[in-house]
Order: sequence, then C-alpha cells, then structure tokens
Amino acid sequence: MELIREALIQMAQLVLLLLLAPGLTGFVRSVKAKLLRRKGPPIRQPYRDLLKLIRKEVVLAENASWVYRVAPYVIFATTLIAASLVPTFATGLLFSPAADLIAIVALLGTARFALALAGLDIGTSFGGIGSSREMMIASLAEPAMLMIVFTLSLLAGSTQLWMVATFLQGPDVGLRVSLAMAVVALIMVAIAENARIPVDNPATHLELTMIHEAMILEYSGRHLAVIEAAASLKLLLYFSLIGCVFMPWGLAAVGQGFTAYAVGLGTYVAKLAACGFLLAVFETGTAKMRVFRVSDFLGAALMLGLLAALLLFVSQTT
Amino acid sequence: MALTVLLLCAGAWLATSVVALAAARRSTATSLVYALALVVGAVALGAALDALIYSSDSIRAAVLPIGLPWLGAHFRLDALSALFLVVVNLGGLTASLYGLGYGRHEQAPGRVLPFFPAFLAGMNLVVLADDAFTFLLTWEFMSLASWALVMAHHRQPGNAKAGYIYLLMASFGTLALLLAFGLLAGPAGGYAFDAIRDSEPAAGMSAAVLALALIGAGSKSGLVPLHVWLPLAHPAAPSHVSALMSGVMTKVAVYGFVRIVFDLLGPPEWWWGAVVLTLGGISAVLGVLYALMQHDLKRLLAYHTVENIGIIFIGLGLALAFRANDMQVGAALALTAALFHVFNHSLFKSLLFYGAGAVLGATGERDMERLGGLIHRMPLTAIAFLAGSTAISALPPFNGFVSEWLTFQAVLLSPHFPQWVLKFIVPAVGAMLALSAALAAGCFVKAFGATFLGRARTAAAQRARETDALSLAAMFLLVLLCLAAGILPGYFMDALAPVSQQLFDARLQPQHLHAWLTIVPVLESRSSYNGLLLFVMIAGAAWLAAWVIHRGASHALRRAPAWDCGFPDANPATQYTAGSFAQPIRRVFGSVVFRAREHVYMPPPGQMQPARMHVHMRDLAWDTLYAPLDVLVGFAADRFNRVQWWTIRAYLSLVFGSVVVLLLVLAIWN
Repeated sequence: MELIREALIQMAQLVLLLLLAPGLTGFVRSVKAKLLRRKGPPIRQPYRDLLKLIRKEVVLAENASWVYRVAPYVIFATTLIAASLVPTFATGLLFSPAADLIAIVALLGTARFALALAGLDIGTSFGGIGSSREMMIASLAEPAMLMIVFTLSLLAGSTQLWMVATFLQGPDVGLRVSLAMAVVALIMVAIAENARIPVDNPATHLELTMIHEAMILEYSGRHLAVIEAAASLKLLLYFSLIGCVFMPWGLAAVGQGFTAYAVGLGTYVAKLAACGFLLAVFETGTAKMRVFRVSDFLGAALMLGLLAALLLFVSQTT
Repeated sequence: MALTVLLLCAGAWLATSVVALAAARRSTATSLVYALALVVGAVALGAALDALIYSSDSIRAAVLPIGLPWLGAHFRLDALSALFLVVVNLGGLTASLYGLGYGRHEQAPGRVLPFFPAFLAGMNLVVLADDAFTFLLTWEFMSLASWALVMAHHRQPGNAKAGYIYLLMASFGTLALLLAFGLLAGPAGGYAFDAIRDSEPAAGMSAAVLALALIGAGSKSGLVPLHVWLPLAHPAAPSHVSALMSGVMTKVAVYGFVRIVFDLLGPPEWWWGAVVLTLGGISAVLGVLYALMQHDLKRLLAYHTVENIGIIFIGLGLALAFRANDMQVGAALALTAALFHVFNHSLFKSLLFYGAGAVLGATGERDMERLGGLIHRMPLTAIAFLAGSTAISALPPFNGFVSEWLTFQAVLLSPHFPQWVLKFIVPAVGAMLALSAALAAGCFVKAFGATFLGRARTAAAQRARETDALSLAAMFLLVLLCLAAGILPGYFMDALAPVSQQLFDARLQPQHLHAWLTIVPVLESRSSYNGLLLFVMIAGAAWLAAWVIHRGASHALRRAPAWDCGFPDANPATQYTAGSFAQPIRRVFGSVVFRAREHVYMPPPGQMQPARMHVHMRDLAWDTLYAPLDVLVGFAADRFNRVQWWTIRAYLSLVFGSVVVLLLVLAIWN
C-alpha cells in the first residue's frame, strides 16, 4: 500500500514537472516583457514552440556524429530524473533513496557533459566557444553547489533531500548565518547554471556573448525541442530546490491526507510564481557582465558556500 | 594454496621473460609472450579473487630459502594484499590482451617483450612481500623493469630525459623507503613484517617513518610535489605499459603506503591525517589543472593520475584522522572510499590509455591539436574512450562517481573531530575535491572533444582506421567493468570489507542485502545511492522520449552544411582547439597557479604579418623545488671536481684520514 502510494506521488510529480516546465519559462518571459512595457508573448507560447519544433524535420550538419543525435535525449533524461527527485509538493517519493543531493548535482553534471560534447561535435567555432565557457562556469558553479550541499547536510545530518526539507521545516532550525550564506550562494549558482542575466542571456544570439545558445546553435527540430524542454526543466528544478529547502512550508509529509496534498500543490505553484517573478525583476534590473567577470561572481558564491560549511564545522562540538 | 599459485605465477612470468629474451627476434615472439602473460595473469587473478572473496579471513604465509641467509624471503597473502593483487592482475590481464593486438605495431619488440612479464612479476611480488628486504628488492625490481619499458623508444626526443628523471626519482624513493624500514626494524633488526608489527615504535620515530613513507610511496605514486617524473615517464612507454604504470604501478605505491602506515606503524596520531589530507587535496587540484593545460593526450592522462592519487590520499587521510579519534564507522567508510577509488581508477585509467594507444597507433599522433573527427573513423574506440571519460569525470551512472560520492560522505561524517586543525582542513579539502571533480569533467570534454569530435585537423587523422579486435576486446572488457562497478557498487564494496576489517577491526554494513541494491554507507536516513535504478531510469526516460517523439511527431532528417551563424568555414583550423578550449580556465586559475602570462604581438597597421600570441607558463613545483636542487648539485659537483686532479699521495692521505676519523668516532660512541 505504502509502495503504491509512493509510486503514485512519484508519477504525479513527474507529470507535473513535464507540464509545468515550459509554462514557467513562459511566465518569466511574460513578466519580463511586462516590466519592459512590452506586450510580450503569452505564457503558453513555449508549449506552442515545443509542439511546432517536434513536428519539424531535423536539419543535421553534414559531419555530425551519433553523439550529436543522442545528446539531447541524454540531457533531457538526466535533467528530468534529477528534477523528479527533488520534492516539489510532497515528500515520500518512491525513488528518493536512489539519489541524494550530491547525486542530483552530479546528474546535472552528466547533462552538462553531454551538452558540452554536443557543442564540439560539428567542429564550428561557436559550438566550441559555448562548450569552453560552459565548462569554465561549471568548474566554479559545481563546487559552489557542493559546498551548499555540505552546509545543508551538515545542518540536517543527512544528504537526503527529504530529510533536509523535513529538518528545515522543524522547530530547531532557528536563524543561522550559514543558512543565509547558503541561500545567497544557491541563488548565484542557480543564475549561472540556468544561463540567466548577468552570467548569460537566454534571449541573445549576439555572437560573442552567448554561452548556452552557442552550444545549441546548430540544433533544429525535435532535437532543439528536447533541449529547450530540458533547459526549462532545469530552471524548474532549481526553483523547486530553493522552494523545498529555503521555503519548506506546505510540503505534504508521508501519510497525510488528500487536503495536505492539495495544499502542497497550491503552495508549490505559488512558490514557483514568486521565484519566477523575482527572477524576472532581477534580470530586468541587471546588465550582463563580461565573461571573465563571471569567475569573480562564481568565486564569491564558492567562497560563501565554503564559509558556510566552515562555520558549521567550527561550531559543532563533539 | 592461493599464495603458492601466485608465487608460481610470478615464477612463470619471469620464465616468460627469459623466453622472450631468447625468442625476441622471431616474428611469433610478440603473440607468444603476451599470450603466456595473459594465461598466467588469468590464473593469478583467479587466485587473488579467491583469496579476497571466499577465504579472506585466513592468512597464508610462506618463507622461501632465498635472499638474506638469516632471513629468507617471507611472503604473505592477507585481505589487503589480495585486494591489490586483484587490481594488479586485472590490469595485467587487460594489458596482455591489449598487447596481443597493439604489440604487433611495435618497432622494437626486443626492447619491450622481455621486460613486460618481469614488470608484472615485480608488481605481484611487492604486494606479496612480508619482510623489508624482499619488499625493497622487489620494489626496485619493479622500478627497473618499468624504467626499461620507459626507455623502449629511447631515440624519440624527450624519452631519454624522461627515463633519466624517472631513474633518479625512483632511486630517491627507494632510499626513503629503505630508511623507513630501517627505523621500523629498530636496533634489533627484525626485518620480517611480523617482528615490526610486534615492536613498539619510539616516540619521535613514527613521525619520521610517516614522512619517509610519504616520500617513498608518494614519489612512486605521483603525489605533488614529487610528481614531476610521472607525466614525463608514463607517456614515454608503449601505451599498454603506460596503462600499467599509471593504472596499476601507482596503486602498488599506494599499497606500500597503506602497508607501512596503516599496518606496520601502529596506532596513528590525528595530525598524520591532516598532513595526508592536505597533500591529497593539493595533488587533486594541481593534477587536474596541469592536465587541463596539456595538449598531448597521453600526458594529459598521466597528469590525471596525479589528480586521482590525490583523491585516494584524501580518503586515506580521512581514514587516519577517524582512526586516531576512534571513530570506527568513519574510518571504515573513508578507507572503503579510498580503496574503491583505487580499483576504479585502475579500470578507467587503463581504459583511457588503451584508447590513447589506439589513436596513436592509427594516426601516429599524441598531440590533440593535430587530431579531431576520429569518432567517424574509429567509432568503437570512441565509444570506449567516451565511457572512460565519463567514468573519470565522476559522472553517474559510472563508477568514478560512486567512489567520489563515498569520499564526500566520509567528509560529511567528520565535523565532530575534536582537533581544530582538522575542523579547518577537512571542509577546505572537501572544496578541493569538488573543484577537482568539476575541472576533470571540463578536461575530459576537452580531451574527447578535441580528439574524437569535430573535423579532422590533419591528413593523418583523416586517414585513421579502427584499431584491431583484441585491443577493442580489452577496452570493452574495462567498459563493462566500469559500468558494473557504477551500477552495482554494493557488491564491490562488500568485497572491500575484509580489508577494513583487517586494518581497523571495523567494516561497513553488508551492502548487497539492501532493497534494490541501494548502497547505504551509514544510515538510510543519512545517505543512499542506487546506481542501477538511476541507470535504468535515465535509459528508460531517454528511450521513451525518443520513441514518443519519433512515433508521434516526426522522424524526418536532412543533412545540410553546418550553419555556424551564417559564417561556416571549410578550413578545420577554424575549430576550437584543445588550447583554446582550456583558455578560459587558464585565465581563471592559471594566472595564480602557473603564473601564466599572455604576450600578444600585433603587427603595425598596413603590414600583412599574422598576429601572434605566446603563453608563458611556469611549473612552480619544478622552479621552486627541483631547479634550485639542480643548481645546488651542479655547484657541489663543480667543487668536488677538483678531487679528480689530486695526486696519488693526496688520495692516500684522504683514505688514511677517513679511517682515523671513523675509528675515533667509534671509540667515542662506545
């Protein structure tokens, strides 16, 4: 019985993620347009784009290898699995023992590895520039993310995400300096990982400034659709993570009734909307930085994360 | 039984060496020697596996009447040596299989064949040795055999220098080990390991032994700053020997360290852990940064060995710190993580060197800037190399991730150390481990991308052919093992349990009993990982997405020229190269670590010369440590050079004076 219930929640979450992800991207775009006094596309535009793209034929560069054709599906699958392991509206997911927070970070690493390889596969200069910069950013963002994981798991005494969420919901958290540092660092990492302003611009195709878009420049048709979907899922994943760890209210726990799930779902959507709105406001108010400033930005995130973990190490007595 | 079999195997390899010496000129010698080595290796691997898994609690010992007359040659097979014998013989088995194919292209088989089986025998005997004399003798035998293999292509530029530096560093390392064993044996001179275990170490002595063991084993395994010989010597050897040196011989050095420090030296003190952790963390980060700056494929792999040895030493340092604080669970976890990484690294590093060897054989090139597009010409090698790259970059669902995950778990168990130094060092080392893992992924995107993806940069890369079936068989055997250790890590961790039982009297809970083969190092509420489930889910989700889209929407596909923002250029030189790929990372880290400076020469307006950019990088380990030493040795040699021109009277008075001084010292001493 318990197994069936967990499996049901897991399936529901998977479907929910797939349904919500493009909408979230559309929402952020639409809020940004409103802030710039533009009318902007409707929220449902990303769904239409995806449907249009998967029905088109793929135009593949002549010397593309199988890596180029397989990579989109690998990126999509790893991102989806990673996202499905983050509690969104309820804990007690069937597959949560399969991967803890460190493994989720590493799964995103696998997706990035595949994407960077795909960027190099055709042998154009733009693909290379994108891959090279993406790996430079990752070389700082991933350790920063792991330091945040360290901080959270030292606090909760566990790297399991549902344990961390349960702990942070509980009474013995209090105000902690480490947590404040970790949330700032996590937001910085999330901005960098999702190719957002000021690190990268998701809307640009200006040759010398693009990073993520440079890697996927040659993609078309269903391949592009799958990669776009994965990018939306990744944004959703980071929002869910921030929501589940730093705004853990309303998460339905194991064994609660139907209303708890309904409340969980409602608060989850509200959290996403809040995060999306804040992201749009932040992006509108900031200018993109030079590529080699990114290392300072992420270096600061890494230092914050390390400091947060160090504080916890020092403050723990035997 | 197993010990006898292993000793007989070592004998068989030595006999094969003799056969190879006799038959080196015949055309069938290559196949004969590698086939014999393969068969013997399979038997030895079977014996080692049997000793590790089925009868790990029984210890077998033997004394052979060779060597020092009053000592004999002691050999012993316990869980620790059984594990390292599995690593050695698995590496030896695949290297022999690979050599069966790859060795046919060898220009001078007479310089490789006699030393290859001897090298295998040497590594086996080091792990089996149970007294200081046998250990040092076989250690030196192993070093010399591998030195001969490094010098196989001694006429190629750079190889003679590599061999020379290797020989110097190897003798220096052995000297340190000799002194370490001298201190361990004490004035009574009990050189058998049993006698050393029983003796009580003096207070200041264990610190000296730790330092000497770090120098001796660290120089062989490539711990920074003793790594300088490794990226020169490992790539110089034929590729299957490079794989053995990088994947296996460095592990024998790790064995030496574990045997001396964990087994012979007695209970550790907490600061040992701090020293080992720091060295490991520095090696991990510097190793991968050096690797990122390379464009020689084999040298890049050799620098990654430095990185991975660093990761192993991080695990060992944590184990020492836990052990010193009587935290048995943490000690068992950290040791298991380190040993699992030993096993994993031997798998994927051998695999990657075989891949690099296949590329070298097909194109004659090791320089990535002259390769490219090989995935079209060597599709199977590309798959194997990609699997190895994924594994070494610590990405799930492959095996490299599992051992790094375990190391992270050990780091997270450690905030309860009472010592303040450890409280600061452990999180910093954790950050270094995370940094090195992220940089490794970047490095292997570069290595795989520049070599196999894109367009061919030279005619040699354009003409490459897929390598032979036997080499491919060796590579895919390792791919399967990498995947198996990644998705079924529980079984492999259980096989490591006897070792931590032997050294620490503590082990992790049995892993294969957990539901769905999840691994749970400590508690389920603390952390768990299931590679099998992740692998199945990723594969399932990817396949389902592809199936739905292909069936439901579109599967049309058209080939067209690349778009490249409207400016495609047919010249393959317009691609990103390995150097340009690493440039952003060099800008971020290199200015500090390598003092990297870029000099750009812009021709004046109106002139048609090309603009040029030079990057100047310094190797600080070499510049600050080895270059002054070199100057010092040169200075001293100059001064002593005068002795050469003395008269016979002066020599005689020198000898007489020395004897008098020695006698005086002895008289005062007594």
